Amino acid sequence: MAGAAVLGRLTWRVATVLDVRPETARAKTLVLGVDGWPGHRAGQHLDVRLTSEDGYQAQRSYSIASAPRQDRLELTVERIDDGEVSPYLAGDDLREGDRFEVRGPVGGYFVWRSDAAGDVLLVAGGSGIVPLMAMVRQRAEETSPVPTRLLYSARSWDDVIYRDELERLAGAGFEPLFTLTRSQPAGWTGYARRVDASLLGEVAPTPPAATFVCGPTPFVEAAASALVGLRHPPERIKTERFGPTGG
Amino acid sequence: MPIVSRGFKGKRRGEGPSDRVPPGQYLTDDFPVLSAGPTPHTPVDQWDFTITGEVDELTRWTWDEFRALPSETFTVDIHCVTKWSKLDTVWEGVRLDTLLERVETAVDYATAYCDGGYTTNVPLADLAGGRAWVVYGYDGELLDPEHGGPARLLVPHLYFWKSAKWVRGLRLTATDEPGFWESNGYNLYGDPWREQRYWGD
Amino acid sequence: MLDGNAVAGLLQEVFGTDVTAATGTCASCTAVDAVGAVHVYVAAGVVLRCPHCGSVLMRVVRSDKRLWVDLRGLRSLQLESI
Repeated sequence: MAGAAVLGRLTWRVATVLDVRPETARAKTLVLGVDGWPGHRAGQHLDVRLTSEDGYQAQRSYSIASAPRQDRLELTVERIDDGEVSPYLAGDDLREGDRFEVRGPVGGYFVWRSDAAGDVLLVAGGSGIVPLMAMVRQRAEETSPVPTRLLYSARSWDDVIYRDELERLAGAGFEPLFTLTRSQPAGWTGYARRVDASLLGEVAPTPPAATFVCGPTPFVEAAASALVGLRHPPERIKTERFGPTGG
Repeated sequence: MPIVSRGFKGKRRGEGPSDRVPPGQYLTDDFPVLSAGPTPHTPVDQWDFTITGEVDELTRWTWDEFRALPSETFTVDIHCVTKWSKLDTVWEGVRLDTLLERVETAVDYATAYCDGGYTTNVPLADLAGGRAWVVYGYDGELLDPEHGGPARLLVPHLYFWKSAKWVRGLRLTATDEPGFWESNGYNLYGDPWREQRYWGD
Repeated sequence: MLDGNAVAGLLQEVFGTDVTAATGTCASCTAVDAVGAVHVYVAAGVVLRCPHCGSVLMRVVRSDKRLWVDLRGLRSLQLESI
């Protein structure tokens, strides 16, 4: 029946900016209202399409930061200076009421199901925290008891996205750990080195039931192969890489 | 109709002069890197260039032999099928005429083949007449691996996917055999001035 | 280089359902991976490659009107039936 095929199709919907929240010097969270948004699962993303007045279009994929909820959707976008879409979304000019198109949610691989049994390790490099934050938020909203450890690598304390919220959510089985690779505030007691086998071995001495790694491609490659080297079963490690997509 | 995003312009510098910029293209000052696979890093002592296929005799140049061939530095405009065009790019390399004059063949087509497995097809007539080169220099420097170094084909009057990166030779063929992209949707010939992007264009 | 997650939307256009959670078998080395985990290169079209042997699994080219899909490198694709 034609109706079923139409239902299964991915359609572009209008997203309206309801609020813009700065997170760090380079990252902003956009709160969006999307009519007819079908809901999503933690870890999924959506495609964004921008259209200029003369019809030029650019399209990129962004992770959803908010926990699964129907009424509002949050994206956190880090500005890449020589990028095409992120300077618009995370720039100074975007404001409440601005509109663009989205389709989704897409992706069923890098997804956490809150009913899955067993402990979870989340490994984030830079803005790779975004889809992992959706998982952390869902866990908190559902008061899930799943033991969850987050290892979040950033250049400095000021580059840590969702810093206050992560610290506030700590406890009740959620343990955020930070490693700051370039500079550390005075009195810093967290990690201050790159994510490698020795750091991952300290953070996850035994293989968790599920591990999610997200970050720039070289970060993900290094972290995933270090985990496999530590004899974590590869089928329990899910990865998501991001980076430039060329021209 | 897609909705317009207020103030969005993209990275385009503009459409440019219509005698320099083909229809549907936009100017860029960047040199975007597009790649269908990982970047090979072939050391020049392991590099050679071979003309094979329907030829009387296989012809092969080592890197040193290739660099000893007559070369030229020249300026051309390039047009990528993903809609960016870049004007006045400066290259250094060897004309295909210089290579093809060493070869006896009765056929009309060539497939360029590359490290990493990429292929693209070009009529021999388009490789002749000072319109195609194998280049190893860009903008006064040796060609960077991400842009196709040690050497890439350069056929600037066709869309840039024809200018195969990491080129290692030509296979001459009796028929026009679709290459990597031409066998899955992209135009067999690829003339940007006739906007031959896809099959049927 | 990215991975299959980055082209989930395009693949959903092609298959009409999510395939990033599906597993594919490489026709060249027979390795089995989730489509979301395979390597992806974005050029004139999208190229999915086996993370183990580097062979091309899938090529997708998109114009305003049509999609072209080459699946020669994929021996099989296993999806959850609904």
